[in-house]
Order: sequence, then structure tokens, then C-alpha cells
Amino acid sequence: MKRIINEMKLRLIARGENESVCRAIISAFVAELNPTVEELCDIRCAVSEAVTNCVVHAYPDRGGERRDYIYISVRLYDTREVSVEISDRGVGIENVELARQPSYTTGEASERCGMGFLVMESFTDAMTVKSKPGRGTTVLLKKILKP
Amino acid sequence: MQTTLKIVANEDKLRAYLPRELDHHAARPIREVLDRRLFEEKPTVLILDFSGVEFMDSSAIALIIGRASACESLGAAVILTGLSEHQKKLVRLSGALRTKNVSITEV
Ligand SMILES: Nc1ncnc2c1ncn2[C@@H]1O[C@H](COP(=O)(O)OP(=O)(O)OP(=O)(O)O)[C@@H](O)[C@H]1O
Ligand SMILES: [Mg+2]
Repeated sequence: MKRIINEMKLRLIARGENESVCRAIISAFVAELNPTVEELCDIRCAVSEAVTNCVVHAYPDRGGERRDYIYISVRLYDTREVSVEISDRGVGIENVELARQPSYTTGEASERCGMGFLVMESFTDAMTVKSKPGRGTTVLLKKILKP
Repeated sequence: MQTTLKIVANEDKLRAYLPRELDHHAARPIREVLDRRLFEEKPTVLILDFSGVEFMDSSAIALIIGRASACESLGAAVILTGLSEHQKKLVRLSGALRTKNVSITEV
């Protein structure tokens, strides 16, 4: 049985400024497992994609009002597994299968390229996406660090 | 370390030194400034210099692909330089190099 060695929960307002805040906090939190530079880059990049999606897609037309939150929970296990769950209570995704396809985007063409889920999947060991239209989206990322 | 965008024009080349953090939040103003300079100066080469970039995600990919299509309409090439190994991994993964006028150099 794997054992939790540390756990953290964060709630942040869904605004662009918090993208770098999340990365900084998570980097500091996983530091005790001594990830390699590459592993840390992978985690920061994958987390940034999920957080950016909450900022960009979850709460349209509301422009980062006070109730628009991103919920993050991070766990470190004694098996050197890092798990990061990023959720929002926004609009949700109608068709997750489709949304996960590379190049699929509902964002502004000049600004987005539909690579977020591909990056999250490629830079971690497992990604699960759960979403309900009108209720929100949860992305679970798992990264197993080298011994 | 560069925290803001710096653009240097040299003959028909435009070189953009990209800032330390290149996420969604940072990319938006950069895109606007770059596009304005591209259409004002119509260079033949746009060099995107990543040597000062400590963090980037897919927002940087959209920035590259978007500028590549702007450059294509001007007949200009896009050269990516100063990418770390991890950043190269991201660029390759995204397929940005499949865009005709985009290439990577080490210098
Ligand atoms: N948290 C979310 N809430 C609502 N919709 C989402 C959320 N995350 C992703 N989506 C939907 O899934 C699509 C694909 O997401 P993905 O991150 O792969 O690409 P993108 O955000 O559009 O572009 P990129 O991440 O490359 O800038 C989005 O365009 C959006 O429609
Ligand atoms: Mg995205």
C-alpha cells in the first residue's frame, strides 16, 4: 500500500496571474522528493496547462469574478508518486473525448492551439479528465518520479 | 534576466528576446507587440530567442504558430533559437515544426 507523505489543498481565483503562482507553489511542494530538472519541468508544464484551461475556458464571460475558483489538491506518496488534481466549477466539457484530441480548441485561434491535453498527457504518467456540462471539470495528473 | 519582451531590428531581421515566463497570461501582450512590429517592418526573418525563457507551455506554441502564419503572408521565415532541451521537447510534440517556414537553430 502506498502511503501519503504530504498533502496540500489550494483554492485560487481563476485569473491569469495565478498561473505562475500555482507553478511556484507546486514546485516548492514537490521539492522534498528531489525531482530531476526534467521531471520538475514536466510537472510545471502539465499543471500550467490545466490551470490555464480553468482560467481560459471554465468561466467564460465572467472575467475572473470573485467566485470563479480553481481548486488544486496535491499529494506526495512514499512511492515517489506526485498526484495533482485541478478542478473548476465552470461550464464543463460536452465531449471530453473530442476535447482531448490534439489541435481541438474552442478558444481563439490566434491565442490557443489545442495542445494542452496532449502536453498534460505526454508530460505525466497518467491523466484522467472528468467533466459535466454546467458542473465543472476535474483533471487528475500523476507523475512517478525516478528512484 | 529578461522579464519583458525586447525586440531588436537588424537590417531585414527582427529578433525578439522573449521574457522569462511565457504562459497564457504573458503571451497575450507579446503577440500584439510582435504582430505590430512584423507588419510595420516586414522582415525576411523573425528570430524568436528563447534563451531567457525559464518557463513556457502551450501558450508559447500558439505564439509560434500564430507568428509563423503572419510571417508566411509576409514571405518571412521564423527561426527559434535558445530553446532548452525541455522546450524543444514541447515544440516537437506540438508539431509546430511541421509549419513550413519554422525551424530551430542552436545559435
Ligand atoms: N477546464 C475546462 N473547462 C471547460 N472547457 C475546457 C476546460 N479545459 C479544456 N476545455 C475544452 O477543451 C478544449 C481543449 O483543451 P486544450 O487545453 O487541449 O486546448 P486549448 O486550451 O484550446 O489550447 P492550448 O491549451 O493549446 O492553448 C478547449 O478548447 C476547451 O474547449
Ligand atoms: Mg489549454
